[in-house]
Amino acid sequence: MDLKSVITWLIPLFPLTGWVLWGLLGRYIKDLTGHLASAFVGVSFILSLVLFYIVSNSHGFTATLYPWIYAGRLGVNVSAVIDRLSMVMLVMVTGVGGLIHVYSIGYMKGDKGYARYFSFLNLFVFSMIMLIISNNLLLLYVFWEAVGFCSYILIGHWYHKKSASDAAKKAFIVNRIGDFGFSVGIFLLFLTTRTINYESVFKIIPALPSITVTAIALLLFAGAVGKSAQFPLHVWLPDAMEGPTPVSALIHAATMVTAGVYMIARLHVIFSYSPVASMFVLFIGTLTAFLAAFIAASQFDIKRIIAYSTISQLGYMFMAVGIGSYTAGIFHLISHAVFKGLLFLTAGSVMHAMAGELDLRKMGGMYPKMKITALTFIVGALALSGIPPFSGFFSKDAILADVFSRGFYLSWIIGELTALLTAFYIFRLIFRVFFGQSNVDPKLHVHESPAVMTYPMVILSLAAILIGFLGMPPFDHSVFYNFLNVDFKNAAIFAPFVNNASWVILSLISVLMGLLGILAAYILYIRKSVSPERVKRAIGPIYSLSYHKVYFDEIYDFLIVRTVLGLSTFFWRIIDDAIIDGAVNGIAAGFAFFSVKVKRIQNGMLMSYALTFAIGVIALLFYYFIR
Amino acid sequence: MPLNDYLIVAGVLFTIGVAGVLLRRNLIVVYMSLEIMFNAVNLGFVAVSNYLNLVDGVIFVIFIMVVAAAEAAIALGISIALFRVKGTIDIDSFDELKL
Repeated sequence: MDLKSVITWLIPLFPLTGWVLWGLLGRYIKDLTGHLASAFVGVSFILSLVLFYIVSNSHGFTATLYPWIYAGRLGVNVSAVIDRLSMVMLVMVTGVGGLIHVYSIGYMKGDKGYARYFSFLNLFVFSMIMLIISNNLLLLYVFWEAVGFCSYILIGHWYHKKSASDAAKKAFIVNRIGDFGFSVGIFLLFLTTRTINYESVFKIIPALPSITVTAIALLLFAGAVGKSAQFPLHVWLPDAMEGPTPVSALIHAATMVTAGVYMIARLHVIFSYSPVASMFVLFIGTLTAFLAAFIAASQFDIKRIIAYSTISQLGYMFMAVGIGSYTAGIFHLISHAVFKGLLFLTAGSVMHAMAGELDLRKMGGMYPKMKITALTFIVGALALSGIPPFSGFFSKDAILADVFSRGFYLSWIIGELTALLTAFYIFRLIFRVFFGQSNVDPKLHVHESPAVMTYPMVILSLAAILIGFLGMPPFDHSVFYNFLNVDFKNAAIFAPFVNNASWVILSLISVLMGLLGILAAYILYIRKSVSPERVKRAIGPIYSLSYHKVYFDEIYDFLIVRTVLGLSTFFWRIIDDAIIDGAVNGIAAGFAFFSVKVKRIQNGMLMSYALTFAIGVIALLFYYFIR
Repeated sequence: MPLNDYLIVAGVLFTIGVAGVLLRRNLIVVYMSLEIMFNAVNLGFVAVSNYLNLVDGVIFVIFIMVVAAAEAAIALGISIALFRVKGTIDIDSFDELKL
């Protein structure tokens, strides 16, 4: 192996080693676990940067570690595809992951499962790295499941809490529904193309009938819907907030949930040859973006608000990949990973100060007491709202401008509305947490978090400010676009640009939407010239629809959970207990009954045996004579 | 005498033996009834042997007598052993072999 391949395989090796080491030795190295685990991910990050430098100055390559499965026509290697797309993702995952590891040192201090936590955090980073670099669908699928498993383990980190273990199960089961479609998609792909290596698949796809490609793309998209928490499988993500906050930041905002977007970008050839599937991706993305923002606007749990915000932003990314603007989607993925990781970390810092309190009705006026947290939070919120010069402005605008110029005006309008709602809900959160009068329990001593937690927040907020300039509009002339778009040259362009509207006007509209949302939140929660209660009453049914999360949990509970439970009870009580057990036990009981009757014959009385014997002989004789 | 008369006597003797085995409680008497059944059979053998002018039946009878003597010795031994255990040889008291 040459140097490039060695570096490639060292990147996942460090977190993998970490997983084994902290898992086995965590109880002996105790408090050092966090520092060592962070250092391991840090090494991966540095190696990723080195590889990033190498790749951006040359071209991508495939690094094969060893042949894995060879059976019949199936040939699978454990090998990595290293190109600009995977390098961008790798740097993001290891970078954000490393910062969140550092933050966790402070956040998880004194936790009973400290070593276990870092062990699985390392395993997660390993799985995510492998998911990104795997060059065939089977390896992708393995690590697709592995990140789901890590998510399950980490959501249920405080497993003694019923709500946490329930949320972990919910996340896993809902993900499995999507993954089922994903696996069927892989089977179908293998059936039609006889290969699962990306490059070979991409060569065959253009020759396939469009209906087959559509079926494959839709099935693969089902996996993305589950993993990236899109409608209708988004219900697990808000509940996943039961896990420790750094986990929410790393897995449920920055990395794992973006796997669906990455998968579509990676398999863009398949999706770009199926306009129907791509249109469906756009549809689901638009719907989810709006629905989640709509729900977020009335929630009171700060982590859940940010969770719905994540769902909504993922919706934007799916809009981008749905219209074929893969570069814009990945750009938003990266900038979202930074600012949403930041938002979660700051929310965790607030939680830390409030001894675990999450209800924003019990907060307020915390700005003077935790300035760093508040300021970094505001940076993240501005980025999320799409206010220049923060990263969200550039990335979200790149998507919306592309949506508009490809002629999907309805999606564009919904996207702009969502931007308004986004700005509203995040500033509602800020105004109610950091400003206004304090509703904090006076017994609580609100304090700024330790440096080990604030430094990652500051670094991430600097990144949230700076990273956007890589995508300076107009987006298709920006640094990021020119860097990454070469990887998408095989895509079939099916939606030509119909209208090259000036990006200045589009950006202005977006910024206006963001400012409008902020203004609305300001009027409602700071100036209080309109009381929120009055607004609530004015839009009664809409408010309660949003407050009850559009009743998704209730609908699923009624349609699916109860049906399954009812059917299970039927099979248990009637089929299993009554029929199967009844048959088995009935036969046994019958034999028992008759043997009690028959055993009277053996009574130990010699005479009765002799009599029976004599009667038998006489009967035989009679038979003999009569015959 | 015709053969039938011998066989009728043998049948009657045999029936008496069976009845003795089935009805009597005393182990010694049961043995004696068994001996009667043996001898009924012996009588039948001898009669048929004489009727057919064959020596086979007589040989059988001698075998049966030898075996019956040996069996009587064993049976009496068992009776004494049982008597030592239970203090009686009433066969109704020996009903341990049951479920």
